[in-house]
Amino acid sequence: MTSALLEKIRGIAADVLEVPAAQITPKSSTETVASWDSVHHLNLILALEQEFQVQFEPEEIDRMTSVEAVLSVLEKKRTRAGS
Amino acid sequence: MNPSELRQEIDRLIESADAAQAVRLLAELWRGDNTNSAASFLVSRYERLRPKLNLLPYRLSILRSFTVEPMLPVLRAAAFLAGLDLTVHLSDFNAHVQEIIDPASALHRFSPGAAILAVQTRDVAPDLWRDFSCLTAEQVQEAIDRVTGEFRAWMQAFRQHNQAHLIVHNLEQPEVPNRGALDGQSSASQSEAIGQINRELRSIAAETGAYVLDYDALVSRHGRQAWHDERKWLTVRLPIAASHLHHMVEEWMRFLHPLAMKIAKALVVDLDNTLWGGVIGEDGMAGIQLGPEYPGAAYQEMQRALLDLHHRGILLAVCSKNNHDDAMEAIERHPGMLLKSSHFAAIRINWADKAQNLREIAAELKIGVDALAFLDDNPIECQLVRAELPDVFVIDMPREPMELARAVRVCPVFERLSISAEDQQRGAYYQSQREREQAEQSISSREDFYRSLQQEAEISPLTTATLARVAQLTNKTNQFNLTTRRYNEQQITAMVANPGWNCFSIRVKDRFGDNGLVGVAIMHTQDAICEIDTFLLSCRVIGRTVETAFLSFLAHRAQAQGARQVQGWFLPTGKNAPARDFYSSHGFTVVKRNGEATLWRLDLSHEVPQCPQWVGLHIVDGDNG
Repeated sequence: MTSALLEKIRGIAADVLEVPAAQITPKSSTETVASWDSVHHLNLILALEQEFQVQFEPEEIDRMTSVEAVLSVLEKKRTRAGS
Repeated sequence: MNPSELRQEIDRLIESADAAQAVRLLAELWRGDNTNSAASFLVSRYERLRPKLNLLPYRLSILRSFTVEPMLPVLRAAAFLAGLDLTVHLSDFNAHVQEIIDPASALHRFSPGAAILAVQTRDVAPDLWRDFSCLTAEQVQEAIDRVTGEFRAWMQAFRQHNQAHLIVHNLEQPEVPNRGALDGQSSASQSEAIGQINRELRSIAAETGAYVLDYDALVSRHGRQAWHDERKWLTVRLPIAASHLHHMVEEWMRFLHPLAMKIAKALVVDLDNTLWGGVIGEDGMAGIQLGPEYPGAAYQEMQRALLDLHHRGILLAVCSKNNHDDAMEAIERHPGMLLKSSHFAAIRINWADKAQNLREIAAELKIGVDALAFLDDNPIECQLVRAELPDVFVIDMPREPMELARAVRVCPVFERLSISAEDQQRGAYYQSQREREQAEQSISSREDFYRSLQQEAEISPLTTATLARVAQLTNKTNQFNLTTRRYNEQQITAMVANPGWNCFSIRVKDRFGDNGLVGVAIMHTQDAICEIDTFLLSCRVIGRTVETAFLSFLAHRAQAQGARQVQGWFLPTGKNAPARDFYSSHGFTVVKRNGEATLWRLDLSHEVPQCPQWVGLHIVDGDNG
């Protein structure tokens, strides 16, 4: 499950941040990806909300600054939603 | 192909320089996924393909009181797929007022083709939005007057400095009125107050030549509660939920399609499982589903949607693989048919290739293939048309018949922002055109044919009543158009206000009916030279010597005003070959070349074109205004 979820997140991050999917790893973050600025961050959050049909809390959005952080927030959200 | 395979295949096609196939797959990707993720992918790939595609550049300003940035990739992706290469200028937050009133602002320097003014109720009328319960009747009225006064001032100032199209969002109602159920009980209600502003906005828009985007209706269509994301509003000033961003964009595209002329002039429909349920050749008249009850009702709803298009001036045509007589019998005699054969401007019922049929229909209707939309339940036919005629707008066919009518109604290529008397009568024109062509075939000489038409032309200066149609013709006439200069209503009004400039239009009647206002000429005279800036005729009257009658009027008028020469450019486009020989066949000679463009001149002391004797000419006096 986690690896399928990670693949989806990597695909979305690659689209939104406009970098090749191969360059996106769990460690990719606002520090390592040059295009991951505040505008792209909002864009990424909205793309994730659209794909997974969820709405993130402001605190979650602030935390989701790396691919692994995105993964962890999404996993928690989905566990809580019972899926 | 799954989405990630599709992306890889698109990148492979871009690498191997197959732009056409890459665009087809990008469109396929977008049909299944209009998220911000897919939008970002599309935009970045289109950026690479751009030099190979024939996209129309278009400049759009958005003046806003909220965050719209995350919608821009979605907007640019949707625009790319519509053939538009969009450059967007965003005003700073709540800086729309300064941008509008300052003639040197970034907005006006950007010189957009269109501008969207998107201001929320809670920003422009916070008192009406959240403090309504505390307001007295006088205070409510003051707030209404203040807000409508502000909109009027902004829209007038915009018009003063800018000739771009202006699209204004109206004001949304709150999800729950401040006074709850009580709000429904009196006319002094919150919903009435906001409704009053919206009604007023409509008349201000009419005064200033702006268009209203019914934002309130858009939000309510998708559900006020679902539309909003209060957390995003409070944190990043984005009021619209992620799942509805593309709906906002689609609504904007409904305006950009007609403004940038990315529209379909005709819809070609299949019959079986499209206009009725079942297959006429197998199920017969008694077996097909078409009537007021389920499931036939889905197809009647579909036919109502097509009738609405017909009344909007969009031509309807049939292209179906069937035995001609079976299908015609159903069209003409089935009691459930709301559409009659007279609603169809062209009918092709045969077993031939649909792409070829579509080419023939376009030729018969005298429109480009790129002005056709196509609706067919058979995915193979849709695929064939997409591959062979990529300029045809193929409508996504829903699986469920009950959704058919909606699929047609939401197509942006059928949007029109104004409608002329000509639009409403268009279907009938094409019917009389068919009769004319039959007459032409039965008469041996051209002259006899012209005489038999009994044409009466009426030429008049520009009036407020003709302005909309005149502007429309300059924007949509492609074939008999010498310069293809596109002007909007504001530009034409501004042009004829200059000394020496005139704009004329021509109406043509014949024994088969009234063709309506079918031609426009714009000219200006200076130092005894009259230059024709614009000369165009609708394809409805091409080849019937009306152009000679119109030119003869212009030449005589120029002469009477002291001009000794008449001149005009022919600017070739991919589509205006029918006008290429116009000047040479009327005695003009080339005096200048600029690339492909040629400047033609006629010395009036030497020759003045005469009106053909078979065209009755009536001149309406008066000046432009």
